[in-house]
Amino acid sequence: MTSILTRRRFLIGATMTASALGLNGCDALVESDRTKSVLKIAEGLSMKTQRFLLGDNALAREFTEADLSPVFRANGTSMPDNPQYLDWMSRQFSTWKLEVGGLVEKPMQLSLAELRALPARTQITRHDCVEGWSAIGKWTGVPLGALLKTVGLKPEARYIVFHCADEYEKSLDGSGWYYESIDLVDAFHPQTILAHTMNGRDLEVAHGAPLRLRVERQLGYKHAKYLTRIEAVADLGRLYGGNGGFWEDRGYEWYAGI
Amino acid sequence: MATIDAGAATGRTVIYRHSLLVRLSHWVNVLCMTVLLFSGLQIFNAHPALYWGQYGANNDPSFISTEAVEDGDKAKGLTHIGSLTFDTTGFLGVSDVDGEATARGFPDWLTIPSYQDLASGRRWHFFFAWLFVINGFIYLAYGLVSRHFRRDLLPARDELTPAHIGHEIVNHARLRFAKGPEARHYNTLQKLSYVAVIILLLPLMILTGLTMSPGFNAVAPWLLDVFGGRQSARTIHFLTAFSLVAFVVVHVAMVILSGVFNNLRSMITGYYAIDQGDIKGGKQ
Repeated sequence: MTSILTRRRFLIGATMTASALGLNGCDALVESDRTKSVLKIAEGLSMKTQRFLLGDNALAREFTEADLSPVFRANGTSMPDNPQYLDWMSRQFSTWKLEVGGLVEKPMQLSLAELRALPARTQITRHDCVEGWSAIGKWTGVPLGALLKTVGLKPEARYIVFHCADEYEKSLDGSGWYYESIDLVDAFHPQTILAHTMNGRDLEVAHGAPLRLRVERQLGYKHAKYLTRIEAVADLGRLYGGNGGFWEDRGYEWYAGI
Repeated sequence: MATIDAGAATGRTVIYRHSLLVRLSHWVNVLCMTVLLFSGLQIFNAHPALYWGQYGANNDPSFISTEAVEDGDKAKGLTHIGSLTFDTTGFLGVSDVDGEATARGFPDWLTIPSYQDLASGRRWHFFFAWLFVINGFIYLAYGLVSRHFRRDLLPARDELTPAHIGHEIVNHARLRFAKGPEARHYNTLQKLSYVAVIILLLPLMILTGLTMSPGFNAVAPWLLDVFGGRQSARTIHFLTAFSLVAFVVVHVAMVILSGVFNNLRSMITGYYAIDQGDIKGGKQ
């Protein structure tokens, strides 16, 4: 996020590409760390430009019931296989709790019933997968901003991290657990909700039961499913691969507004 | 395309045709559009199907798509366009990767990087999209301020008569290119196609690209209405890209047929030689 566009780095990028064109062996260049760091300039530029144009509260388009996708494609994990999750599932998530902690004044634990009892927002929005497809669904859930006001963020909190119950990639070091993060601009955006209801029914397992994030101005992989813990942090460097999310640790942009 | 005579040889006049900024922006554009095309095909390969409307995914009808199906012990690549299906094994749907038939939309020699890597394809695409947009704005500002558009690209009224255009089409088809004073300026077909690319196709690429961005949708929701939805914009983005490919094919063919050395020199050094019409012999 801190890359600054300098003319020199931009030119390096352009020159390196120029020398690679026409070569079928250009994959070595594609993989080089230096190339990657130059290409990353674009992410910072896209984020700064979009944030500048958006202001903090411009809304994603909301649709009507008539626009709903007949079948909303489930993506990523569709059935977490860890025993803890299966146990929650077998009890209709009555024993599941959402933990809200980290850099907050009053850490909390909320059951699904407690979350459902809180004031909710309903929105019909389009879900855009990074792969290119889109689906429209109707989501009901607790505005994240309201929850964060209840627990009270400490002044040093900069990001909200979402920990999930699905281990998307099995690994010995546990680096394959799904997680995501957003900054406070998106955390307090009115359409950023913790959805427990989809298309008027309890959120299905394939779509992240019992609770998933909706962060409507960004791509699908930001919308973490199977939430278990929300953590306010000052920086993202110490979590997993250090890039702020499962897919971010695997090369995708942290700012997924494009 | 200033017409300052920079020297004359027997039967030839050398003119200063392309300003430095036009030449630079041309080659930056070549670089950007090349990377954008091949990284764009990488992105397409992540979900090789196109839809119309606000949404579109696997269970919705697509009107252009590629897929890999099993055919005995072999993989077969199919391309669907509307209700038609074509066997495109080896090119679309299924192609060889390291000698092995692999399911992928476009083949590895058309994507950046060659192997399947959406994250990397996106990084290349957006970096060069920025470079392309910045280059485009500099070119547009220059074209307006220097009167390059008005002087060199805007067709005169008498150039737009059916008779004149018909005459030029016949000349093009017979590969008869302008000589003498006429060669100092772009012909009408050139002007029209360059203007169409500059004010129609390239802006369409940028706007449909931005319409696919959920962040930009919140900035400019009206773009969704203009293009009929995110998935329509994605389809138009793809079709416009191939219109640009078609333009480049014709453009390069014309560059070669009308004197490749002279044309390339003029886009590199700025200087372009004109035959005085009555002189026989090669283009040079």
